[in-house]
Parts: sequence; C-alpha cells; structure tokens
Amino acid sequence: MTEPLLDVEDLKVTFTDRGRPLKAVDGVSYLVYAGQTLAIVGESGSGKTVSCRAVIGLLPPGAAVAGSARFQGTQLIGLPDDQMRRHRGADIAMVFQDPSRSLNPTMRVGSQIAEAVRAHQQAGRSQARDRAVALLRLVHMPLPEQRCLQYPHQLSGGMRQRVMIAIALAGRPKLLIADEATTALDVTTQAQIMELLLELQAELGMALMLISHDLGLAASYADEVIVMYAGRIVEQAPAPRLFSRVRMPYTQALFEAIPRLERPAHAPLPVIGGRPPDLAALPAGCSFAPRCRHAADDCRTAEPPLAEHEPGHRWACWHPVGNGGAR
Amino acid sequence: MSPGEPLLSVRDLVQEFAVRDRGGVKGGVVQAVSGVSFDVWPGETLGIVGETGSGKSTLARSIVQAPRPKAGSVTFRGTDLVTLRGTRLLRARRHLQMVFQDPYGSLDPKWRVTDLVEEPLIAYRTGDKAARRRRVAEVLELVGLDPSAHGGRHPRELSGGQAQRVAIARAVALSPAMIICDEAVSSLDVLIQAQVLNLFERLRAELSLSYLFIAHDLALVKQVSDRVAVMYLGKLCEIGPGEAVYREPLHPYTRALLDAVPSPDPAAARAATTIRGEPPSPIHPPSGCRFRTRCPRAQNRCAAEAPALRELATGHAVACHFPLDRGEAEPAASTTARSAQGENP
Repeated sequence: MTEPLLDVEDLKVTFTDRGRPLKAVDGVSYLVYAGQTLAIVGESGSGKTVSCRAVIGLLPPGAAVAGSARFQGTQLIGLPDDQMRRHRGADIAMVFQDPSRSLNPTMRVGSQIAEAVRAHQQAGRSQARDRAVALLRLVHMPLPEQRCLQYPHQLSGGMRQRVMIAIALAGRPKLLIADEATTALDVTTQAQIMELLLELQAELGMALMLISHDLGLAASYADEVIVMYAGRIVEQAPAPRLFSRVRMPYTQALFEAIPRLERPAHAPLPVIGGRPPDLAALPAGCSFAPRCRHAADDCRTAEPPLAEHEPGHRWACWHPVGNGGAR
Repeated sequence: MSPGEPLLSVRDLVQEFAVRDRGGVKGGVVQAVSGVSFDVWPGETLGIVGETGSGKSTLARSIVQAPRPKAGSVTFRGTDLVTLRGTRLLRARRHLQMVFQDPYGSLDPKWRVTDLVEEPLIAYRTGDKAARRRRVAEVLELVGLDPSAHGGRHPRELSGGQAQRVAIARAVALSPAMIICDEAVSSLDVLIQAQVLNLFERLRAELSLSYLFIAHDLALVKQVSDRVAVMYLGKLCEIGPGEAVYREPLHPYTRALLDAVPSPDPAAARAATTIRGEPPSPIHPPSGCRFRTRCPRAQNRCAAEAPALRELATGHAVACHFPLDRGEAEPAASTTARSAQGENP
C-alpha cells in the first residue's frame, strides 16, 4: 500500500462548556489516500466537522486539540498559525455548506478567485485573472469571462458553490474537504456538484473527503465510509460493504431511517427513540447503548473498542447485527 | 361541504411579485405561480416536490392568503378564501394550519411551550383558561411531549425535533382539517426526521387530517403522500398517484429529479444527471413549456405552445407535448445512459 496522504491518529478535541469539559472528538483515527473518496457521516454534534477542522487548524481558540494528524509526514496538530497557513489551501482545502456566507458580497467573484490564486503562487494581476477564468472553466461555469465580473448575489446557489470550489482549487490542493458542500443545494444541482467533485478528483488526482449527515449521499459517492457518533468512530467500511453488511446498530438505524424511493408510501419508518448523549456527560460504556435495541449489560459498563473485526471493516460494538457475526 | 367534494380545490392560481432594481425602478415581475390547479380530498396527503424557485412555498402561502393571490380561486371546505376578508377569512383559515421548516424561527423565543401552544386557542377565543390548558396538555401529549417536563421550557431549551413538535402542536391545537407542511422536516437529522414523519402519519390517522406536504426531497414526499405533484418554475409538470409518478414518470423533469436522488445502495445506479444548467429566471420564463431550455426531448412545438396538463392514465396527468413512455420511464441503468437518453427520444 502506498503512503497515506493524511494520517489521523487518536485525535481528541475538547471544548469547555460552562466549566465542564465537552468531548467533541474522542480518539478518532483514520487514513486518507491520494485519489480516494472518504466520507465521514454523522448527525449534528457527532464530531464529524470538528474533527476535520481540527486537522487544518480552523477551530475556535477555546478548543483543546490532542493527538496526531500527519499530512505527508508533517505533523499538523500544534503547528503555529503562520506555518499552518502554508498547508491550508495548498495541501488541504475546504468547501463549506453555505457559499453565500463564505464569499465576500462586495467583491466580484473573479477578484475573489484571483486573490486565492495570488495567495498561493507568484502571479501578476492579469495572470491571476486568467487563472481565475481557467478555474471557473474547470468547474464548468458557463460563460466564465462574464461570470468573473459578477458579484455573488448575481449567481445561483449552485454557481456560488462552483465559485467556492474554484477558490478551493486555486492552491492546487492534494486533499479537498467538502463539508456538507451540497446540503443546501437542490437535488439536481447536488448531483451536478457531486459529479463535478468526482471528476475533478480524478482529473487532478486529489483525495476527497465528504463530510455529510446524509448516509445515502456518502454511500452513493464515496469509496470508504466512516460513521461517527458522540465524537467517536463507530463503524468504517468500504461503501458497498457498509451497505450490504452493516454491523453497528447505529449505522443500521441511520440506514433504516432514510426515506427511500423504493419504499411504499405510509409504511412507518423504523425509528429509535432518544437523542445523542450530552458530550459533557457521556454514559459509561458504549455511548449509543441508551438508544440501542441490542444493548446488554456489558454495553453499559465497558466501552467497545473500534477494531478491524473483518478485513477492511472496523466497528465498535459488543453485539454487532447481521448474520455470521464475528462474535 | 358534502363528502363527495374536495377539501381544498385550487384553480388557475396565479401569484406574481414586482421586483425593483436600483433606485426603485420597476425591474420586472416574478411569475412565481402561473396557473396552478389541483384538488386535495378529505384525509388525503398531496405531496408537492420542486426545487428552489419552483414556486412551491409561494403556492402554500397563496393558499392561506398570505399574501392574497393575483388571480384564481382557493376553495377550502366549500368557501373561496380569495373572496373573504377580515374575520371571515380568519374563521375559515382556522381549519387550515401551516408548519414551516425552521421551528426556532416560527416560535417566539421569549415564550414558554405551554403559552406558545395556547396562543392559537386564545386568538380564536376557544374555551376558558382551564379548558385551554387542558387542550394544551392534550396536544402536547399527542405530539409526544411531556407537558410537565417540556411545558415550561423556552424554544431554545428544546432540540430541533422537540421544537418542531411544538410547532406541530400549535397547528393541531385548533383541530384543523388540513395542515400545510412547508419543508417541515427538512432541517432535522435523519433519525429525528423519521420520528417526526411517523408523528405526521399517526396524527393523520388519529385526527383524520389532510396534508399538503411540500418538500424538495422526493423520497421524503413519497413516504407520506397519496398523490404527488411536481412543480417547475411556477407550473405543475405532473400530478398523479405517488406510486405511478415515481415508478412511471411521464414528464422528463420528473425523470431527471428521480435520477438525481442518491441511493444509499451503492449497487443502485449513481445519479445520472439528465439535465444540465440552471433554471431560467422566473422574471423571463421561456415561452411555451418552461422546462424546454433544459429538456433533452424539446422540439420546436415546445417553444411555441405551452403544454396543458392532460390525463394519460387514471388520475395521472402530465403537462408535456412529448411525455415519456412506460419503457423510457425506467431508471437509467448507469451514468452512460445519460447520452443515450438525450439522443434517442
């Protein structure tokens, strides 16, 4: 196997909430390889976004980060801000959910892309402007020369997201993190942007990380899927395997709760009760146990470790679902 | 209203907004809803799917007369709401409630849950204080909230799912005949979303409710709807029984929407984007069929003549000059089918 691009090991992020330590990310480890699409899936508060922001140093000052995140051998955790800035954009770039909040409303989009180009490479004004047009062409923006002269509000949501992707690509990153990048978009636009991301990934040989609450989107577009719950990875497998041989009851609950086109109307959705736990007061044992149909006494006392029980398939559960179980 | 009549009957509904350019110069008219007609029968759920700018939310607001539509009629329980004013409109609207996407935005943050749910009862002068309080406890229980545990809380002390339950409790407090849900579960996490969807279904059965269920998520709409209507740029493209619309879509736009839905089953075909580009401006919609500029099947006739909604199978109508056949309605087998679909209409 080739060297991983990004090697995250035992990453921990703790916030302080009214004096109580809040474990947003609690011992997360994963590898990202060049050319791979890795999805991290979880509900609000699962730690999926925080774990990625920790890697590129985009957390608020109050956050305590521990553990390791090596990008091509360079330790990113604890790196001073001026050094981190060299990696951000050039090695790892991020695209966020809401492009209208990330773009400057008073600046033409061409200038914003050109600014990103000049932040990463020596380029004159006209050179940067040409590169901005080329980047807009790369993200399949119709009429790129004209669009460069427009302001964000003159573009649709899908077009604004294309501008954000163009800005992210300005530094020719090796890893692109898309954090709910298509969540606010319509279904046909979402499909267009996902297709674009996969196409760019193949063309530029990038690694792609999809952070999403949508397990359907993840399973549909990613090679590998990580499922997070209450700050920890609870299951990880190649997408086809996760779908056909889900082991962690939480992942199963997520799959079952997604309304599906194939499902007949009015059939009640299988639901689990309760809510994700308070991260400042995690229960003993497995944090999913209070909501789990399969929970037994051992689940409430000992925390199941995340282990590779089958080749390429990790899960953290004492009583996994599915036939031919490892236990 | 006799039992054989629709609960809600919308006819040729038109809603337009003037937009102004810099300096207050009239910039054009957004044709948000352009001649939409449909019926909703008692106890039925009609789902409406459409993307941003399709006019689905404007349609919902026009139905409750907020603001009043430019043209057309909205007959609810035998009365045309468009002709009503003041207290008569208020009285008619009592049985037609709405639930919106963002519960925190629609609930006053300074109020307690019990006061929030009691407010519509006070507004409609229902019963005395004691009776209202009993009703509040009753509907809170109905939506799965504990009146003693949650009743005294403020919206910000509730989770998104709980806050949406409060919004639903407010809507059902007055025993409406119909609830319009505008993206009512779209902002919830999937496990909470499933709980709230099941709640909507349970209330429908227990209270004999009808829903107009508006969402951009096709699978979500399928889950709760008896019939489904598809909107594009202010017009209905297709309407019919949910199973038929999803299994055998007649409109190329419906097909494209269905193809774009990602499936959690990786073995299923990846979204084959059959339509390209962006929806045109609702200020200058295309002549003829509004979808023709993005349609792989468009021909000259589509630019010249707007297709009328016509029934091709029982209860299944389409507004398209060149609707899909049954065979073509099959989902694209793979992404390679995209070009085939475009070239061989």
